Amino acid sequence: MPKAFTPKVITANALLEGDAVWLTADDRWSRDIAEAELLTDEAHAELRLLEASARQSEIAGAYLADAQEGEAGPEPVHFREAFRTRGPSNYPHGKQTRA
Amino acid sequence: MYKYNDFDAAFVRERVAQFRGQVARRIDGSLTEDEFKPLRLMNGLYLQLHAYMLRVAVPYGTLNSRQMRQLAMIADRWDKGYGHFTTRQNIQYNWPELRDVPDILDALADVEMHAIQTSGNTIRNVTADHFAGAAADEIADPRPYAELLRQWSTDHPEFQFLPRKFKIAVTGAEADRAVIRAHDIGLQLVRNDAGDIGFRVLVGGGLGRTPMIGKVLTDFLPVADLLPYCEAIVSVYNLLGRRDNKYKARIKITVHENGIDQIRALVDERFARIRAAFSGIDQALLAEIQTAFAPPAFKTAQTDGYEAARLANPAFRSWSDTNLTAHMADGYAIVSVSIKKHGATPGDATSDQMRALADIAETYGHDELRISHEQNVILPHVHQSDLPAVYAALRAADLATANIGLASDIIACPGMDYCALATARSIPIAQQIATRFDELKLEHEVGPLKIKISGCINACGHHHVGHIGILGLDRAGVENYQITLGGDGSEDAAIGERAGPGFSADEIIPAIERLVLGYLDLREDASETFLQAYRRLGAGPFKAVLYPDKEGARDAA
Repeated sequence: MPKAFTPKVITANALLEGDAVWLTADDRWSRDIAEAELLTDEAHAELRLLEASARQSEIAGAYLADAQEGEAGPEPVHFREAFRTRGPSNYPHGKQTRA
Repeated sequence: MYKYNDFDAAFVRERVAQFRGQVARRIDGSLTEDEFKPLRLMNGLYLQLHAYMLRVAVPYGTLNSRQMRQLAMIADRWDKGYGHFTTRQNIQYNWPELRDVPDILDALADVEMHAIQTSGNTIRNVTADHFAGAAADEIADPRPYAELLRQWSTDHPEFQFLPRKFKIAVTGAEADRAVIRAHDIGLQLVRNDAGDIGFRVLVGGGLGRTPMIGKVLTDFLPVADLLPYCEAIVSVYNLLGRRDNKYKARIKITVHENGIDQIRALVDERFARIRAAFSGIDQALLAEIQTAFAPPAFKTAQTDGYEAARLANPAFRSWSDTNLTAHMADGYAIVSVSIKKHGATPGDATSDQMRALADIAETYGHDELRISHEQNVILPHVHQSDLPAVYAALRAADLATANIGLASDIIACPGMDYCALATARSIPIAQQIATRFDELKLEHEVGPLKIKISGCINACGHHHVGHIGILGLDRAGVENYQITLGGDGSEDAAIGERAGPGFSADEIIPAIERLVLGYLDLREDASETFLQAYRRLGAGPFKAVLYPDKEGARDAA
């Protein structure tokens, strides 16, 4: 039996800086996962991924990542995706500097 | 040191110009990521978790002060003021922006460096013993051969699309400091009964998902046959290696599946066919290269000051006990500069530290630096009379940690703090272990101990050959760390054995502490190292201290 679909966000790396970005409902690439569009329908998610992947001059490597609804907006589920929202743990060189 | 000839210089510049055009076409949208990716990888540019990463080759680990200063300049101008030295004698920049990479590559070309073939299914940076040309136990300097291999393998038209990546390491001594037994081809300079120099050639070593120790293909290969023989090996692999399954594509699997005797027969057959095509131009080139690796003009001076400084300064004595290795020249020492300060990121040097190292090398070290696969920096030629001044300069740059070969001299890959392939973090584990052993003030008593950490099965952190290996995995969405014991990357190479169930990020540091304290109880006396004790006693008693609550582990003991 196929696994039940769990909510997702679309994420990628910004083309110029390589920074983690998330696709918003109004088709922007945000540096903040909380602004992402939370996709709860599988067919819609696949369609959005197709659209996102076509934006080759803005991003690289778009994919669907598990997410859940949080107080401020979507939040990561897996630790890898959580790290992508913060940056590395050894230096404050990533997104954590903007927090 | 080897100087680029006109061909080398023109080739590297042309490559940068090509890549500049490719980057421009990627940015304006005329190349998709799928089209661009193989092009950027050919030039060492990865896309990681938070940013691009540029991997720059340090061929056979050798740098001069000018090159080191340029690496510092690049770190300041286009990155975040530091660089990361890797386990294959490369330096990685973790934060370059795509638009800047062609300029970085031009800045590298200015000092005869490049990032070509630091990725992709090609022959990668040829590594060598970091003590090459300096070690007392060396038969000959392996670097001229490594340079010859670099020139042969760079842009070799037959070997740009191998089944998988291909790594070669060369050493000139019986003591293996280049982990040649864990390379696709391992080369060891040896002398035969007639007194001639040649190579013992190993093939099919490697770590990763399926760790293997290299097997001897031939015990003595005349030096003049190096290139045709290596070409025969790689071309046999190119045809026979599996392209149907990425995880079975390395030559170690080819050797394992076909058997070393079959591989040897095929290589010999291929070698016989292509030998004549190497008309001697390679030997003329080698002779030219060799002149560039002539030893520096070693000086003679009194060493009384060194002995007096050792007596007067316990910190200097401790450092000189730990961080020096015997040199071939009278009155000289090899200095290993630890890039493993307790609590810091293994292998990371700031631009200020790079400049300090360049200054020290220029003033006291015949202008030579090396990067070791253990992620430290080597000053290969320092006269003993200069050691107190070198130590003082290192201290001023926060580079005087006295821990070479000890518990806190940990190899760690970037792990999930940077790497897109990682399954768990490595750096924080290394930081915490080193900090803990510093608190315990025990590592000098513990003695030689190699702890190596990888953040995924690909084993960039060489965990399989750590006396204690740590492998970070994702177990049901949580970081989990598996321990292997008894690995060894030296001439007595061995793959570590898995100790048992993994540990959480919170449990792994106490587990390592139990293991090391347990060893102190188990060893016969202070002269028996961790690895020797493990080999004498087997895994049982070590598992018992690692899993004190497990009946099974007690029984095994």
